[in-house]
Parts: sequence; C-alpha cells; structure tokens
Amino acid sequence: MTAGPLLHSTRLGRSLVVEAGGTWTAARAAELEKLVEAVAAEPADVDAVEIRVAGIARLDTYGAWLIERLRRAFGRGAVEAQVVGLDPRFDALIGSMHASNRHMPPARPRRNRILAFIEGTGKAVVGMGRDFVEMTAFLGEAAAAAARALRRPAQFRPIAIVHQIDRVGLGAVPIIVLITFLIGAIVAQQGVFHFRKFGAETYVVDMIGILVLRELAVLLVAIMLAGRSGSAYTAELGSMKMREETDAMRVMGLDPIEVLVLPRLIALVVAMPLLTFIGAMSALTGGGLVAWLYGGMSPEIFLDRLREAITMSTFQVGLIKAPFMALVIGLIACVEGFRVQGSAESLGRQTTASVVKAIFMVIVLDGLFAMFFAAVDM
Amino acid sequence: MRGSNETVIRVRGLEVGFGETLVLKGVDLDVWRGEILGFVGTSGGGKSVLMRTILGLLPKRSGLVEVCGIELGSCSRAQHRRLEQRWGVLFQNGALFSSLTVKQNIQVPIREYLKVSQQLMDEIAFAKLEMVGLSVDAADKFPSELSGGMVKRAALARALALDPDILFLDEPTSGLDPIRATEFDELITTLQRTLGLTVFMVTHDLDSLHDSCDRIAALADGRIIAEGPIETMLASEHPWLKAYFRGKRARAAGIA
Repeated sequence: MTAGPLLHSTRLGRSLVVEAGGTWTAARAAELEKLVEAVAAEPADVDAVEIRVAGIARLDTYGAWLIERLRRAFGRGAVEAQVVGLDPRFDALIGSMHASNRHMPPARPRRNRILAFIEGTGKAVVGMGRDFVEMTAFLGEAAAAAARALRRPAQFRPIAIVHQIDRVGLGAVPIIVLITFLIGAIVAQQGVFHFRKFGAETYVVDMIGILVLRELAVLLVAIMLAGRSGSAYTAELGSMKMREETDAMRVMGLDPIEVLVLPRLIALVVAMPLLTFIGAMSALTGGGLVAWLYGGMSPEIFLDRLREAITMSTFQVGLIKAPFMALVIGLIACVEGFRVQGSAESLGRQTTASVVKAIFMVIVLDGLFAMFFAAVDM
Repeated sequence: MRGSNETVIRVRGLEVGFGETLVLKGVDLDVWRGEILGFVGTSGGGKSVLMRTILGLLPKRSGLVEVCGIELGSCSRAQHRRLEQRWGVLFQNGALFSSLTVKQNIQVPIREYLKVSQQLMDEIAFAKLEMVGLSVDAADKFPSELSGGMVKRAALARALALDPDILFLDEPTSGLDPIRATEFDELITTLQRTLGLTVFMVTHDLDSLHDSCDRIAALADGRIIAEGPIETMLASEHPWLKAYFRGKRARAAGIA
C-alpha cells in the first residue's frame, strides 16, 4: 500500500512553498479535494508560490486537475504559482489539465420556486391545448388516409386489420369476461344485501340491467383496452420511431398513418363494441348467478324482470358509446407513440401518458354522452 | 515498443460456448501493461465473446482469466468491484444511458465509487470531455442529440471517468469516416501515452492496427493463431492472415 496523499504549505518570508506528496489518484480524490481547499483558503499575501510535486508517487487525472485547481486558486490572487520538481512521466497529464476547463459553461441561475410553479402551470395548460390540436390534426390525417384507402380498396390492408383485431379483440376476451363477470356479481351481491333492508330485492335486476348495459360494461372494457392495447400501441409505434423504422417507411413511399395507425384504429373500433357486448352478457350472467345463489331469485324470474326493466334503447346506449371510446383510445395511443424521442425514458413517459390520458378522456366522453342521451331522452 | 513485461490480462485455455457450439476452444493470451493490443478475427468468430468473457459478462466453460492478478470467477464480490473500477469499456455503439445527459453519463461511475463534491465531478467531467475532443457545449446534450462520432467520444469519456488502468475498446472506429477514424486512433494513442493506459482493442480497421497497435493477436477457429507486431502478421503464412493482411483492402491501406 502506498502512502496517502500529503499537502503542506510553509511560509518562507514573502513566498509560500506548498509541498505535495504521496498518492494523488481518483481513489483518494475526496481527501485530496479537502487538502487542496484548505491550502487554497489560506490568506496568501505573498509574492511567489511554489508547488513542489517531486514527492508525488502516483498521479492521475484527478490529482493532476487538483494541482491545477490549486495553481489557479493562487492565480486569482494575482500570483503566478510555479509547479516544480515534476516527474517527466506526469508532464503530459499536467499539461493536458493545465489546458482544460478554461471555458466553464456558465452555471444555471437559480430560479424562484413560485415563478417556476406558475411557469409550469402555464406550460401544462398550453400543452393541453396543443394536445387537443394535435389530436384533431391526427384524426384528420387518419380520416384522410381512410378516405384514400376507400377510393382504392386494394390499399386497405385487410390482413393487418384482422391481425390487430385478433390481438386487441380476441386476445382480450378471457380477461374481459372474467372482470365483467366478477363486477356484475359484486354489484348484484351489494344490491341484494342493501335492498333487502327495505324489501326491494327484486329491484336488483333493474339496477344490474341498467347499470351494466348503459355504463359498466362499456367503461370496464374501455379502461381495460386503454391499459392493455393503448399502451401496446404507444410502445410499438414509439420504439419503431426510435429505431427510425417510420422514417424507413416514409422514404419507401409508405405512409405510417396508413400502414400502422389506420389498421390499429379500425381494429379497436371494430373490436370494442364486440367486447362490450361480451362484457355486458358476462356481467349479467354474474349478476344473475348471485341473485339466484345469494338472493334466492330463480333464473326464470331474473330474466322476466330483466325483460321488463330494460328496453332496446338501454342496450343501444352502451353500444353506441363503444366505437367513439375506441377511437379516442386509439388516437391518444398513436399520437403519444409518435411523440417518443430518442431515449428509453421518453418511451416509458409517453406510454404512461397514453394510458392516463386515454382513461381520463374515456370518462369525460362518458359524461358528455350521459348529457347527450338525457337530452334526446334515451 | 511501449509495453512492459508485466502481464495485466492473462488468459489460459479459455473455453466459451453456447449450447452445442464451442466458440472459444482454448484461448491463450497475454496483454502487457502499457501496450495497445489489437485483436482481430473473422466476423462472428468470437472476438466480442472473448472481450465479454474477460469483462465477466459471459460465463466460461473452463480455463483461466486473470486481470491485474485477480482471477475472475474465483474472486470475491468486493475484489470484483475493485476490479470494475480499474477498467473502462467502450462498447461498439457507445451504450450511453439514453435518459442521462453526456455530463451525467460521465459522472455515473464517479458518483457510484468516489465521494467527491459536485464541483469536482463537474470539473472532472469537463476535463474528460476536453481530453476526448468534445466541447463543453456537448455536456448537457442527450445521447440522441449527438452524431455517431460524438457518441463514441462521449462513451470514451465515460470509460475514462475513473482513470482506469485498462481500456477495452470494441470496434472503436467502426461507423466513423476515415478522417474521424484517424483522429480517433490518434486520440487513443495520445490518451494511452498521457494516462499510461493498457488498451485492449477489438478492431477490423487495418489503419488502426498499423498505426496505433503495439501488438496484434489474431483469433481464428476459436484459437489464437498468431500474436506479435504487425510485421509478424505480414510475415505469417496462415491462409486467413494472408488474406486479411495482404488482401485488397490491406493494399489500399498501404500496409502490404
């Protein structure tokens, strides 16, 4: 083990002699920095400074830079510090450090917290406006691409569409059936339990029928698709953009919107009403089963009550919403995908944004639909 | 001849394979302190496999790998960590962390291993950037905003962050234009001299082999078939070496 770093300063009349020795390497950088700072902080009303480095046994960039820093610290007091006794082995290293860090970039000014907060809020609002404009522009592009494809049906890429429907539709059936079945069962159990208190158990059927068909099925499916397929779309398109695959398409004369986005959007718009229907049936089954096993209502009575409680329009209200929600989920997922920049972090950020925004927008849309259906008496 | 006779990397009878295939079939190799060793071989012939095995990224079937006198595989976790501070690696595509700026990339190992002030970390990062020939303006850029040559330089600065003893370079000049490649070769040579590095360089660049390397080791069929300065390579009668060093490209590079 070699000796640790050493640094002593001695005053000789009007001159200061600083003696350095030992190991001046990265492993000792923390100790070295303290030593150098202590010596540099001494009052230096001297005419000459000599830094004797003959005692240094090992030197690397860290040590060399700290000697240079010491030299510059004295330089600020208008005294030129001389480095003497340098081992020729270290000449190049000291020389290279002497030349470096001459132009430090200016330190970033510290900012007022309140101003930064206000600025952040403003930026977020502007960002939201830009989001809306971008989404609209994207919808327009997709519509234009669809119109082009309609004129030349050969460009419609049925295989891509079917492949996407298989992924986002068929692949989602098991999980959709499972969660809607469970939610239907839970809602029925809660209904039976609480309605029993005032002898209104039979109204459980009305509650389940209306709730599931109008709202629950479509919302559950939308949230599930945003998490399952929207995130996948964003990640796929994002990593394709990162690896310049979309640029490769463009230079081949292929429009990424037409090739990548349109099949995905169509697949979602087709698959979501189907999934909503499956989800609704599954939830009603779950509800009916609980009403029978827990509430003691036979399946025949359940179906009879259900027929009375709901009309065709109850069923339509849920299904009409599905394709619009699918479009919103798909658009947000694709827009966020194309926003991915070069880094892995940005891919993660856009994927998160895609899911969060899609779920939020689906719920906003659901609220708008509720107002609309109330206005048209459905 | 810059190398001394002290062995920094010692490989004996190294065998590495994947499934049924054996890629390295008993490799013996010495790298001496202070030399630049060029390592050549066919594409897909196991050059990177050897480098990755020495670095501990791939498991070995049998044989011995010793770096700075520490045997990999049988050394303790702490010893291995100390070893990791003594080598720097430049991966073929830079492998800069894409979510960090260039400056933060350089500071990753410094922050991890040394307890120094932010000021010193910044100064060291800027000094390293200047050493590899990047301007300090590049410090706050993200890797995706850099050109290919700048990525290599930034990655080299990160590899040098802890002032390692050994520098591993995986095809440092691939993807660079000839002028940049020559500059990069000169940079490696200058840094080697300034910092007293030992350099292990996997390369296909005949100019690099000719201008920078003290010694060359050639790998073919999973074994080292020749070792020595460029003259030895040129004098060799092995058919693969003849094709490599006396082929059309070699003549164009003015070697043969």
